[in-house]
Amino acid sequence: MAEPAVELESVEVRYGAVAAVRGLSLRVGEGEIVGLIGPNGAGKSTTLNAIMGVVHPHAGDIRLRGSSIRKRSPESIARRGLALVPEGRRIFAEFTVEENLRLGLASGRKRNGGNPLDRAYELFPVLRDFRRRPAGALSGGQQQQLAIGRALVSEPEVLLLDEPSLGLAPLAVESVFEALRGIREHGVTILLVEQRALHAVALADRTHVLVGGELRLTLNRTDAGDTDKIVSAYLSS
Amino acid sequence: MILGVLDFQTLTDAVGLGAIYALMAVGIGLVFGVLRLVNFAYGQLVMAGAYTLAYTSAWPLAASILACFGVVVGLALAMETAVFRPLRGQSPAVMLVTTFAISFLLQAIALILDLRNGQLGEVAASLTTLAQPISIAGAQVREITLVELGVAIGALLLLALLLLRTTIGLHTRAAASDFRTARLLGVRANRVIPASVALSGLIAAAVAVMMTVQAPLVTPDFALRETIVVLVGVVVGGIDRLWTATLGGFAIGFVSGLINGLLPTDKTVYLPSAVFALVILVLLLRPEGLFAWGRRAAVPDRV
Repeated sequence: MAEPAVELESVEVRYGAVAAVRGLSLRVGEGEIVGLIGPNGAGKSTTLNAIMGVVHPHAGDIRLRGSSIRKRSPESIARRGLALVPEGRRIFAEFTVEENLRLGLASGRKRNGGNPLDRAYELFPVLRDFRRRPAGALSGGQQQQLAIGRALVSEPEVLLLDEPSLGLAPLAVESVFEALRGIREHGVTILLVEQRALHAVALADRTHVLVGGELRLTLNRTDAGDTDKIVSAYLSS
Repeated sequence: MILGVLDFQTLTDAVGLGAIYALMAVGIGLVFGVLRLVNFAYGQLVMAGAYTLAYTSAWPLAASILACFGVVVGLALAMETAVFRPLRGQSPAVMLVTTFAISFLLQAIALILDLRNGQLGEVAASLTTLAQPISIAGAQVREITLVELGVAIGALLLLALLLLRTTIGLHTRAAASDFRTARLLGVRANRVIPASVALSGLIAAAVAVMMTVQAPLVTPDFALRETIVVLVGVVVGGIDRLWTATLGGFAIGFVSGLINGLLPTDKTVYLPSAVFALVILVLLLRPEGLFAWGRRAAVPDRV
């Protein structure tokens, strides 16, 4: 069997005496979308931060295509083909839209000719129209598109998203999920952290429920209609 | 009324002082931007440059100035490698106190080197030709004042071009604005930080040359007072933006120059009291920084 794109093995992350993630193991296969849902404080963002090298796990291992990235810095992990769309978008409000996208090229990954920003512009044409505007002047939904576009111009192998629908109007939420479906068709592997459990379960190939830093349950796309099952997984904390 | 008292000479001197302070503010602001570190030892970089000029004053002028740039940039990078890098991510208080320690250490080393010949202070003789006055519109203007203005404006323009038009500039601005996100995007901390430190060193060397022309006697406390005044100016202007910090530096230099020109010669002892009283007033009225208007709120994490 081929190596999974990303693999976590018994990962434990602590903040002082508090364990935010405990013995977490999961695999994201090539081209898959894997969801990670759970209540606030379940350790979802911490898991993404551990994968990106923002926090280093105290135990366990994190592998990208079989090689460990556990002790690497965020910038070196970005250079290896992982891109994070962080919680709260973290766009540079005073920079222009185009400058924000150019920052996505900072990982210096080799790419195939043409304007590297086109990838973002094709997916989100509004970004091309507003490319000279300060990013802070965009609406919330457009800023989220910018954050996703910025991650995509680096042509990542694996895209990590931390609550991309947070704080968005319903229409904007739909457009974010629509974009994720489009990105999957390009063969990008996705690990999606989401509060909107039903959306996540419906989109992902499988969705793990994280409670109190531990993996409690794994749901399939067919469970999307089974609200009771999702709610009981949340409440099991 | 005040303009009546001001003459052209006072104004050019004030602008010249403002230009030097603005350059120092850029040097301090650049490092603060990427490291969130207030480098109190910045003045000792200037001091090291001044001593280099003094000790090489028998050399051809260009070689002496080149040596000054080499020593200062080298020392700045050594500071970054030996001290700033291991301390990266520590609390601002720890880093500030550490730069105090570096500042005193460098002054102590300078004192030991300086006293080898049995007397305090070294003279950078070769640069004094630049201090000759020339006459413009009937006023005596020292050549160095014009050089100061030229260097300050040129350096600021070059820096603006570098930051706004190049990739390393974009990465540096991103790092200064939100280092964590910049690193997540692949911006290399170990590239933008040394680049900013080296740039701030280049500026310190230029300041060393200009200050040595004005005050050729170099002692271990060279540029110490100026650094404190510039740090105050940087805070008054708004330290978290390079351009507000620069304006703050210029403003405090310009105002010091003006007050100095306005005070009768026997009353210049009151200059620091007047300047710092003004500083307290400004901080009371605009604690966020004198030039921090029109600031857009940061994009909130959650809406």
